[in-house]
Amino acid sequence: MNRRIKACFETASSSGRKVLIPFITAGDPKPEWTVDIMHALVEAGADLLELGVPFSDPMADGPVIQTASERAIENGVTLNTVLDMVAEFRRDDEHTPVVLMGYMNPLERFGRQEFPAAAKAAGVDGLLLVDCPPEERDDLGAAMDDASIDGVCLVAPTTTRERLAYLARHASGFIYYVSLKGITGAGQLDTAELQGPIDQIREFSALPVAVGFGIKTAEMASTVAQFADAVVIGSALVEVLAESSSSAEACAEARAFVAPVRESMDNMAR
Amino acid sequence: MNDAYQAGPDGRGHFGTFGGQFVSETLMHALDELREAYGRWRKDEEFIRKMDEDLAFYVGRPSPVYYAQRYTAAAGGARIFLKREDLNHTGAHKINNTVGQGLLARHMGKKRVIAETGAGQHGVASATVAARLDQSCRVYMGEVDIHRQAINVFRMRLLGAEVCSVTSGSATLKDALNEAMRDWVTNVDDTFYIIGTVAGPHPYPEMVRDFNAVVGREARRQMLELHGELPDALVACVGGGSNAMGLFHPFLDDVDVKMYGVEAAGRGLAGGEHAASLCAGRPGVLHGCRTYLLDDDAGQIRHTHSVSAGLDYPGVGPEHAWLKEQGRAEYVSATDEEALGAFHQLTRLEGIMPALESAHALAYGFKLASDMRPDQSVLINLSGRGDKDVQTVAELEGLSL
Repeated sequence: MNRRIKACFETASSSGRKVLIPFITAGDPKPEWTVDIMHALVEAGADLLELGVPFSDPMADGPVIQTASERAIENGVTLNTVLDMVAEFRRDDEHTPVVLMGYMNPLERFGRQEFPAAAKAAGVDGLLLVDCPPEERDDLGAAMDDASIDGVCLVAPTTTRERLAYLARHASGFIYYVSLKGITGAGQLDTAELQGPIDQIREFSALPVAVGFGIKTAEMASTVAQFADAVVIGSALVEVLAESSSSAEACAEARAFVAPVRESMDNMAR
Repeated sequence: MNDAYQAGPDGRGHFGTFGGQFVSETLMHALDELREAYGRWRKDEEFIRKMDEDLAFYVGRPSPVYYAQRYTAAAGGARIFLKREDLNHTGAHKINNTVGQGLLARHMGKKRVIAETGAGQHGVASATVAARLDQSCRVYMGEVDIHRQAINVFRMRLLGAEVCSVTSGSATLKDALNEAMRDWVTNVDDTFYIIGTVAGPHPYPEMVRDFNAVVGREARRQMLELHGELPDALVACVGGGSNAMGLFHPFLDDVDVKMYGVEAAGRGLAGGEHAASLCAGRPGVLHGCRTYLLDDDAGQIRHTHSVSAGLDYPGVGPEHAWLKEQGRAEYVSATDEEALGAFHQLTRLEGIMPALESAHALAYGFKLASDMRPDQSVLINLSGRGDKDVQTVAELEGLSL
């Protein structure tokens, strides 16, 4: 298990705090703002950062992250650029874990065997490949193990018990429960239906459980935090950042978005 | 080694290093369910009987193999035979697959079907089957394609389907496929996704191939019965590759039969404005499988160009990628201009107006035949008819109808 991710969850757990994971698309709205926004998110209370690697055909994403990806690609952002951003972030932040979320093809082009070592060197801690279940990792899996890059596994409402047992054996870092049948930013999340699936995940795995997809507000985040170890907020934040006209404004928006979520989650814990 | 060509895919949908299931976790269970259902029903006598009946009385199979005498004379070489998939109900090979998947959807208890379409042929074929089976049907189609295939859009609407315009990305077939996948993830419980080509995650490449393999089985039998021998070469156009795979598969172990898949070279391979993923692409992952595709150095999928909407796709079925690497099939290309030339030539010489997709196969097949001996033969898959393309051809020639 990656040491930063492990430490992050251990620290949170010992202090009774739930882990807050904001998602932003790397390079959106402007590549040169991304590292500043990452720092601002941490200042406002984020524990772990999820950085979206833009892809031209993001099949699992809703319109907000699709258009964010399109903007980032237009801005010339590549997987190499994303690694540079993480390396720059690491100069001032040695402990906040960074997980890259993306699709397989940019990584194929980079090189499945070469990528994990390069990611580690940049300071990446985990990898969540939306369109690559553990069955298809092949040589990538071994290279990730060698580089201590956690392979975060998705679990969905449609995942069967049998499959959950399989995924639990292949997951590391944490398990990401996709809270609804649908795409990122969808609207029909029913927080009351989370308890059962999360309990079931815990039967099979001792890893922390994060919940994401469709969590938009501080209230929803604190409700989800009652069941889960971590909460991921993506589309709602990406939407807010998209309207900024400067790095300073984007950072202010990021803080203003994350701080009340942090507060709401902390109040719930107390 | 001979009979190994027909053996694929393995249990997890791999053809060598190609294929597989590169999808989000939400769909893994749906794909398992589909794989199990297909595995069961494909062997069920009643299902097979119903399927055969539909193909005979609804689709109008078998489609003839036609000896194109004047076309042969013009080429001045091998005899040219045409497998007349254009004569099927709805005008293309696509109906072979949608009859099968529609029936499977009904056996699985799914009342709603969705599909993606490029040229509109697969959308029409899906809407047709859905109307007959009383299933609700939504078809995703790129905005660009909606404009260039207006007649097919209207046909789908007449059949009761809802046509959804997709504006993301390049607003063509690949984006329609993304949007259909998003719909499927959201409505996975009651929805059956009818993929129209031999791409996508396992079991689609295998299943769509099997449903289209009736083309090759018939053609093989017809050539033996009517002409006493197998053709020396098969030629078919390749976008995603379903008509080519359907024709090729039953011949794969007839190692003396050469196979040519013809991709869309658009305005020429050199300029990058084409859709020839096997000729000019490289292996990667798109739409649920590892296959050859067209991307840039950062792994972003490139926009493609072809005069024919049905070939305008940056990926290709994984089994074609495997056949290319095995050297069993050869993949070549024809430009927009060559396809248009073939469109006119076949229309004038044989009174058969081919789809612009099929015209790519004709353009290459004609050249191939002209370099062969008169005692040899070439079988070209005439995968669809050209009525839908009349508007496009007129516009390209500066005419308004």
